[in-house]
Amino acid sequence: MKLDSKVPAGPLESKWERHKFETRLVNPANKRKHTIVVVGTGLAGASAAASMAELGYRVITLCIQDSPRRAHSISAQGGINAAKNYQNDGDSVYRLFYDTIKGGDYRSREANVYRLAEVSNNIIDQCVAQGVPFAREYGGYLSNRSFGGAQVSRTFYARGQTGQQLLLGAYTALMRQVDTGNVTLLPRREMLDLVVADGKARGIVAHNLLTGELESYAGDAVVLCTGGYGNAYYLSTNAINSNVTAAWRCHKRGALFANPCFTQIHPTCVPVSGDHQSKLTLMSESLRNDGRVWVPKQAGDPRPAHEIPESERDYYLERRYPSFGNLVPRDVASRAAKKVCDEGRGVGETGLAVFLDFADAIERLGLEDVRDKYGNLFDMYNRITGEDPYRTPMRIFPAVHYTMGGLWVDYNLMSTIPGLHVLGEANFSDHGANRLGASALMQGLADGYFVIPYTIGDYLVGTPLPEVNTDHESFQETRQAVQERLDKLLSIRGSRTPKEFHRELGRILWDEVGMSRNAQGLQRAMEEIPRLREEFWQDLQLPGSHDMLNKNLEFAGRLADFLELGELMARDALQRDESCGGHFREEHRTPEGEAKRNDDEFCYVSAWEYAGPDRAHLLHKEQLEFEFVELKQRSYK
Amino acid sequence: MSKKLNLLLKVWRQEDTDIPGRLVDYPLEGISSDMSFLEMLDVLNERLIKEGQNPIEFDSDCREGICGTCGLVINGVAHGPLQATTVCQLHMRHFGDGETIVIEPWRAKAFPVVRDLVVDRGAFDRIIAAGGFISVNTGSAPDGNAIPIPKEKADNAMDAASCIGCGACVAACPNASAALFVSAKISQFTFLPQGHPERKTRVRRMAAQMDRELFGSCSNHAECEAVCPKEISIANIAVMRREYLKALLG
Repeated sequence: MKLDSKVPAGPLESKWERHKFETRLVNPANKRKHTIVVVGTGLAGASAAASMAELGYRVITLCIQDSPRRAHSISAQGGINAAKNYQNDGDSVYRLFYDTIKGGDYRSREANVYRLAEVSNNIIDQCVAQGVPFAREYGGYLSNRSFGGAQVSRTFYARGQTGQQLLLGAYTALMRQVDTGNVTLLPRREMLDLVVADGKARGIVAHNLLTGELESYAGDAVVLCTGGYGNAYYLSTNAINSNVTAAWRCHKRGALFANPCFTQIHPTCVPVSGDHQSKLTLMSESLRNDGRVWVPKQAGDPRPAHEIPESERDYYLERRYPSFGNLVPRDVASRAAKKVCDEGRGVGETGLAVFLDFADAIERLGLEDVRDKYGNLFDMYNRITGEDPYRTPMRIFPAVHYTMGGLWVDYNLMSTIPGLHVLGEANFSDHGANRLGASALMQGLADGYFVIPYTIGDYLVGTPLPEVNTDHESFQETRQAVQERLDKLLSIRGSRTPKEFHRELGRILWDEVGMSRNAQGLQRAMEEIPRLREEFWQDLQLPGSHDMLNKNLEFAGRLADFLELGELMARDALQRDESCGGHFREEHRTPEGEAKRNDDEFCYVSAWEYAGPDRAHLLHKEQLEFEFVELKQRSYK
Repeated sequence: MSKKLNLLLKVWRQEDTDIPGRLVDYPLEGISSDMSFLEMLDVLNERLIKEGQNPIEFDSDCREGICGTCGLVINGVAHGPLQATTVCQLHMRHFGDGETIVIEPWRAKAFPVVRDLVVDRGAFDRIIAAGGFISVNTGSAPDGNAIPIPKEKADNAMDAASCIGCGACVAACPNASAALFVSAKISQFTFLPQGHPERKTRVRRMAAQMDRELFGSCSNHAECEAVCPKEISIANIAVMRREYLKALLG
């Protein structure tokens, strides 16, 4: 299989402009003859569905939540990047592009990332017009703050609830189209398979989560906006229901899965408190604007934070990375935290935490100012831990947060299955091996508001699409396969619950495919995961039946897919015998302990093809061409 | 330091919308005080599955207090005893050893019970679809800084916009009114210049939809404000009323 990225020729600055001109247009009267199925209603899904419906397409939108407003984008806290340069501090589209390419450790496509930076400014304008209450200065103009991996202040925010406000903006735009009748909204539906007819994506089979019925939806294209797969690790900052199932089923129908081992471990999360833990909570990266990260210099220091004098503290990020300090990118900050904990200098009951200290900020800015900026985060920390971060430093530890890998897409955001488009975190395209803070919201909305409305038209015009409805044999076959699988899950009647299996998978992935990886551990994971998968299919215990609301059945189906994906994550991590971004192979590090890339051998996207049950995945490579940026050792010193 | 708690739960079980439900007793032992309330229910559900029983169905997603998915009435109080806190952020350290805890779903005609503690809040989406938006198509926005908005107004809009749509306000209201939820959206757009062109049709349509969904009227009990996990102020209801009157009068 030849992977064609379809990146347009020409200078970087004019690629997108030219591409937009060259894409074929659908006549306004013809748009209403096309139905597009959009799966997921996060930032990417809601913005895509709303924007396409505004153009006149018929849109069917599904989400697993009881309301589209609850999609997991809502949890994003800190902000959204844009190259407005309102601060006059030297920002530009090119700088945002450059920071993002560098932040991703040179494992993303130049043209995609440039387009992302280019449309970033339109996103802010769009959101302001929708009534998103971004933070403002006293003069009434928009306010900015800094995020990791950048030396300019380009992050727009709405207190610590930026994702919520952006999602509500996209959600209200979506609901407006529901009101016009252009969008058919179907909440509490989970996509369980993709329907491919004559080699093209023509619809989906979904599970009605309230009644258990299987439902089919046909269209001329499918747009997948179903988020990332961080929950493979069991514990992550993802929502309880976030999953890979929709993407994985597409993968098994022929869509290549790219860079599955590129996962982001976020440095600032509330540490695990016990075995009962069901999820981990992020403390926004924005806290690193004012908080200082430290541990005691002495290993095993038993004293509480306030008894450790300044001279016996190690502000290790400021020490190791003087120019970026506490605002180094996430992968760098996470590994640094792991390193000091491995040295026995971690704090708290488990020793698996570092301090994030606001004493200096409170001294400098005053308590009120700090409360104004971070109050909701401090309150959240207090509710979870019972400790008051205004008085004692927060304890934080890295946690799985975001997945840069995902379904492979070309410049038009189309996967290797014609008609199947993939947006937002579900695709692999823009963040390389490490995503910078405040860039996920930017990408989700860029894809949905400003890319897919153009590229979908080109596909629809240029593709013969004979009438296919839900009675078509491809729908019947797919529905039957889905039903058999649900029946199989319920018929095992073993002795272990989905949670028990999921915890075990999470442990393997965290230990072997987590913050630092080595060949031996990855091989171990590739043996342990198939064994666990086999046990799962023999010993799963599920309550109830499939014709009722049955959340354990939902979880079991998702876990079955994580058990397959987990193995591929390990395989990909083993095959990529270099360190880059969040993928840190212990065998490949610089003398200072930083990730050491191998551009000669690994400057490509790994796109994996499903080869059938019990057969190893096949690797395809998309070579990354860097025409405009010089590949360098990433340095934040 | 964490403690271990022994508890008696009385949980609402209901198989379907039309089948009458009842409270069922579940004694629980050795619950860590560091657990969240929902993690405590997770522990109980694991036990029920092992015993061959159907687990207690309840909704939750982000488990960090922002998605608005979870919602339980705990000892008669929506989202439980802690101020400004969703159920998912409530931790067991706020309960005593030996305590009896009664757990029920949101109760309102407009929010029918689907199963156990899961309710259908689709009415909220339908109210938003009836005008809870600013009509701006993608691509037609002016520069973000083109219209300066005084910080105070932007802050007020943000206060109203922080509503998570969980429905606790409805569950707490003796009339099962949705006034706090609806007014938060109307207020947000009243504070912002972008929301002005449509303000009259917006408030009229949303109020009409609210009635159609069988929510009750607001009679100033302020129970909604007391339980709101995001501390949305009932001053928003006053804003909504003013907007509604203005819309009716001209």
